[in-house]
Amino acid sequence: MNKEQIIQALKTIVEPYSEETSAIAHIDENTDFINDLKINSANLVDIILDIEEKFNIEIDNDSMAKMLTVKATTEIITQKLEANAGQ
Amino acid sequence: MNNRVVITGLGVCAPNGTTVAEFTDAIKKGTSGIRHQPDLEALNFSCQIAGKPVLSDERISEYFTPLELRNLNSTGIVYGVIAGLDAWKDAGFAIENNDEPDWDSGTIFGTGTSGIDKFRWAINKIDDLEIKKLGSSVVIQTMASGVSAFISGKLGLGNQVSTNSSACATGAESILLAYERIKTGQAQRMLAGSTSDSGPYIWGGFDAMKVCTFKHNHEPEKGSRPMSTTASGFVPGSGAGSLVLESLDSAIARKAKIYGEVLGGHVNSGGQRGLGTMTAPNPIAVQRCIQAALQNAGIKAHEIDVINGHLTATSKDAFEIENWKTALQLPTENFPYINSLKGMIGHCIAASGSIECVASVLELHEGFIFPNINCEDLNPEISALIDVKSIPQTLIEQPINILAKASFGFGDINACVIFKKYIP
Repeated sequence: MNKEQIIQALKTIVEPYSEETSAIAHIDENTDFINDLKINSANLVDIILDIEEKFNIEIDNDSMAKMLTVKATTEIITQKLEANAGQ
Repeated sequence: MNNRVVITGLGVCAPNGTTVAEFTDAIKKGTSGIRHQPDLEALNFSCQIAGKPVLSDERISEYFTPLELRNLNSTGIVYGVIAGLDAWKDAGFAIENNDEPDWDSGTIFGTGTSGIDKFRWAINKIDDLEIKKLGSSVVIQTMASGVSAFISGKLGLGNQVSTNSSACATGAESILLAYERIKTGQAQRMLAGSTSDSGPYIWGGFDAMKVCTFKHNHEPEKGSRPMSTTASGFVPGSGAGSLVLESLDSAIARKAKIYGEVLGGHVNSGGQRGLGTMTAPNPIAVQRCIQAALQNAGIKAHEIDVINGHLTATSKDAFEIENWKTALQLPTENFPYINSLKGMIGHCIAASGSIECVASVLELHEGFIFPNINCEDLNPEISALIDVKSIPQTLIEQPINILAKASFGFGDINACVIFKKYIP
């Protein structure tokens, strides 16, 4: 899965949590979940659960704490996918 | 401050009607909302019948966002939000996403427990070492105040937002708490009400206590029999009722429809002393509660036209009537009419008081007394106390002026509210 594909999948995941339709439509690496998409911080844990399910990966607490932007999230997903592939 | 407090909106989510129009029609006709529950039968309950509001997914989705619906597993919150929002709209308020909260409006919306199915799911996840999978939806659905939190978020309420809990007196108490808040000038409008979850995990404890009937599993609609010789325990129910209370000044200023007035009331406890226990009422406390309610409302016993009792359909119904009789000290021939809604909807636990108050206010507003169903074999201990005329079994259409509503709960606690028809 390349970066663009991951961002598209993320877009589908975060969509229900945001009412900022225009920011969702223009989602890119620099998008910040809280500042740009106005996602309630309590829902970030739900987004992580959805990501785990979608990509079949497990996200540890340290990684979770970093996942506040599309860029950081994409990097962590990529790392976990690679780690899975290496097993 | 000593504001007069009126009722300007009603909402209900009951086993025999989930809109005020449907519910009004059902209570006039004596339509039962008690049905056989396959899940209770599968779980070997003694009582396999119950009252549960019937709601389509489509209806529910009118009140919740798709995101809220995703992990929603709290029937009490669903019922409470539907009854609460319907009452708010009925009072003529728009539900809008305004920037500033309405500082003069609040809610007291009671419950016994919240989201018991959600709680069960969460507990199973935790025990399966999957705590992470709980996500963010467990706390907001299982905290007791979840229902008032959901309602206030949807309405933008900026005054007191709280959930009271006093067993089966919860609903009546919520109205008195909201009433006090407005009467003392601390709020202009309060959404009062209460809700109760459905299902085996909320009803199981009562089934195990053997306080529910097991004799009518084959005839659900006949199962809930307040005041009957064959009353053999209550039928569990669920749902929510809600009333918008408002200062008379505010209601008049915005030309609101006024259903009736809350004249006052009283709450007390028997302290589990004398005959009172955790589960049985101290009769002295019940009588004092009724008398203090009359005094607080500034009325005399003979002015009461209708009593909406607690009357759950146990052998204790006669004992309750005796308490009313002692408290009111009225001659048998002048005893008020007595109503029990539980014949139609069962005992909706924490929601019983509020649903029954909605029924009471409808009676005052429209001028009728709904029929008491399933007491064709009236308990002789009751007919020895009051005239059978006081217990109508068919609809009576006549204006009524004052109605007394009481609810009694585990913990030996009592609540009595006095409603009056509003005459401008």
